[in-house]
Amino acid sequence: MLRKKECVAMLLAGGQGSRLYALTSNIAKPAVSFGAKYRIIDFPLSNCINSGIDTVGVLTQYQPLVLNEYVGNGQPWDLDRTFGGVHILSPYEAKTDTSWYKGTANAIYQNIRFIQMYDPEYVLILSGDHIYKMDYDKMLAAHKEAKADCTIACMQVPLKEASRFGILNTNPDGTIYEFEEKPAKPKSDLASMGIYIFTASKLFKYLELDNKDPKSEKDFGKNVLPAMLAAGEKMYSYRFEGYWKDVGTISSLWEANMDLLGVVPNFELSDRDRVIHSRSPLAPPAYIQGEVINSLVATGGEIEGKIINSVIGTNCVIEEGAEVIDSVLMGNITVKSGAKINYSIIDEDVVIGEKAIIGAPIAEAVKAESKTNGITVLGRAITVKKNGKVSAGEIVDKDV
Amino acid sequence: MASTVGVIFSSINEENIPELTRVRSMGSIPIGGRYRLVDFALSNMVNSGITTVGMITKNNYQSLMDHLGSGKYWDLARKEGGLILLPPYSDETEILYKNRLEALKGATAFLKKCKEDFVVIADSDAVYKLDYSKVIEYHIKNNADITLVYHEHEVVKSHYYMSFETAKDGRINDIEINPISGGVKKNYVNVMVARTAFLLRLIQDAIQHGYTSFGRDILSPGVSKFKIYGYELKGYYASITSLQKYFTTNFELLDKTVRKEIFGERDIYTKVNDSAPAKFAETAKVKNSLISDGCIIEGTVENSILFRGVKIGRDAIVKNCIIMTDNIIGENCNLSYVVSDKNSVIRDNRTLAGCEIQPYFIGKGSLI
Repeated sequence: MLRKKECVAMLLAGGQGSRLYALTSNIAKPAVSFGAKYRIIDFPLSNCINSGIDTVGVLTQYQPLVLNEYVGNGQPWDLDRTFGGVHILSPYEAKTDTSWYKGTANAIYQNIRFIQMYDPEYVLILSGDHIYKMDYDKMLAAHKEAKADCTIACMQVPLKEASRFGILNTNPDGTIYEFEEKPAKPKSDLASMGIYIFTASKLFKYLELDNKDPKSEKDFGKNVLPAMLAAGEKMYSYRFEGYWKDVGTISSLWEANMDLLGVVPNFELSDRDRVIHSRSPLAPPAYIQGEVINSLVATGGEIEGKIINSVIGTNCVIEEGAEVIDSVLMGNITVKSGAKINYSIIDEDVVIGEKAIIGAPIAEAVKAESKTNGITVLGRAITVKKNGKVSAGEIVDKDV
Repeated sequence: MASTVGVIFSSINEENIPELTRVRSMGSIPIGGRYRLVDFALSNMVNSGITTVGMITKNNYQSLMDHLGSGKYWDLARKEGGLILLPPYSDETEILYKNRLEALKGATAFLKKCKEDFVVIADSDAVYKLDYSKVIEYHIKNNADITLVYHEHEVVKSHYYMSFETAKDGRINDIEINPISGGVKKNYVNVMVARTAFLLRLIQDAIQHGYTSFGRDILSPGVSKFKIYGYELKGYYASITSLQKYFTTNFELLDKTVRKEIFGERDIYTKVNDSAPAKFAETAKVKNSLISDGCIIEGTVENSILFRGVKIGRDAIVKNCIIMTDNIIGENCNLSYVVSDKNSVIRDNRTLAGCEIQPYFIGKGSLI
């Protein structure tokens, strides 16, 4: 029997995430922990399965070890399938042309044969560094309804921030007449979310053309989309309303974590209809003895200290007399007694010694000269010794 | 380790705790915030290197099946062996099995097919950690016919307990089925090791002689016939023999040393359901409690176990309670010494109280 999939998703997960500094020294950005028990890639993968898309290629390149291990056979997302499912696609050595992925478009180009195995009508392109819940099926329906060649998901952003994004200039019917990548003077406030649906035949055609163009940077935003527009293909915008956050910087990653707090949070994870799946760890429930206020605590925690406005990952130990305020602790972190943590992001497997001082209270920290808006960042698996000190806004990736 | 198959009785001694087994089998009683009783025996097996486990069920095993699924959370979804459910099997002349021996009889077809040399048989009504491969080593070293695992603790009166007396070398020289006197005894924890072929011969022999009780007809008189050894389970052991015992066992998990012993080093596996992390509101006050994923806490919680997805309303006070999955406790409620089964809703302003020796029990799916 001939089998096919209507839509195949390709998830670009090769980004280095250099603006996350120490958090991505050893792991790819999509594998960075988020919201106490998740990793960033849980969001696009869960969105796929919740939208009825069960075939996903994950394109990795930079430091893929943790990511590969995490995605595994896709079982946590119900993506372990006999036909379809999740597949890790690393750059490979071919007979004629061997290369790393040279850009987002080139990464997809090198895996056209993977897509063609499923003979899809549509291809969904996703990126692995956004926190959001979205029904891609609705977007696909809009794409089909409009008989579009390419549909780009977009959302309104404050005009003053628009120059950080790819900006869509659209007609009243939603068709796009111009695409500007990070314009200095944006004409509209509709930002591309980096989510594209292509009619498969058109995608293949323009990827081939792009590959032959020596001047191209092999990038969707800079090359492929403008080329399609110039050739007069039907390109539509798809308005998304809801929570969406690019967590590519330390401060946006911190903000997105804080958006989970509160009984009515900015971003709701606990609704049961569109569950965000993850490789849930096997730890017992959190033991709470201290003071925990306006915070999230994942399983396996042993909390005897004080936690305010913070996100505490799996298997964290916060000893009696320790304080964690306005911070994100990723997982397997021990904070010994008397230590104080303020306005910080701390990566997995870190040990904070007795009476160590990490960061400073927000009001003070934001005044510090730093690349992170005053947020203190501790990289993976480091140890801060007894009475150690890390100042506000410092980025540390070795023992102190 | 020696090739071993596991057999678990998921549905034994249910009459001890009718409140919780009315809607489910013994093995699927929720415990410790996110576990089911069967998780302990099953995880012990997996952690002992056993990859084929037969699960003997009786009635009401829907919730057990829902929990176990294909066995993938225990790494037991396998082509060879893995987790195999053994529902009651009866020919026209028989009804559902009435005792352990009849249940084992129903599992003989499964055991005959197994290529494993040894078999570990365990109940699913207890919280403990044990490496069964150590028991098998001990069994082999003694060249034993049967090895029974015991735990030394004080019993007040006989409660389906089987106690042993052992010689210096560990050989059991007397088995009491219904001990009359209390005191510190070597109590059988319903974990038994034998060679598979030997067990099959025992079952065959029991059928031929019309035996009905494994303990009374086989083990107790077997002391002189067979080499039966006792293996001591040291450390924490709690069997759930009543609602009150269920209550205290849950609270024992609030003790750090017990928690470390049971959950440390090697995982206790269980079904995973991807709830969001527990959320503590501005008004939350939590002391000495286990809080599972998916909980949203706006009130006060002390000395309690909250299972997944429990909501505690503003100004509610929950003390010394076990609140199971997806309960909603309304605003300004006051609960103490309450065991509330899954999916119940306590409306705003309710006060409910039991006491330490008699917790107040709320049935599954109640609206109060």
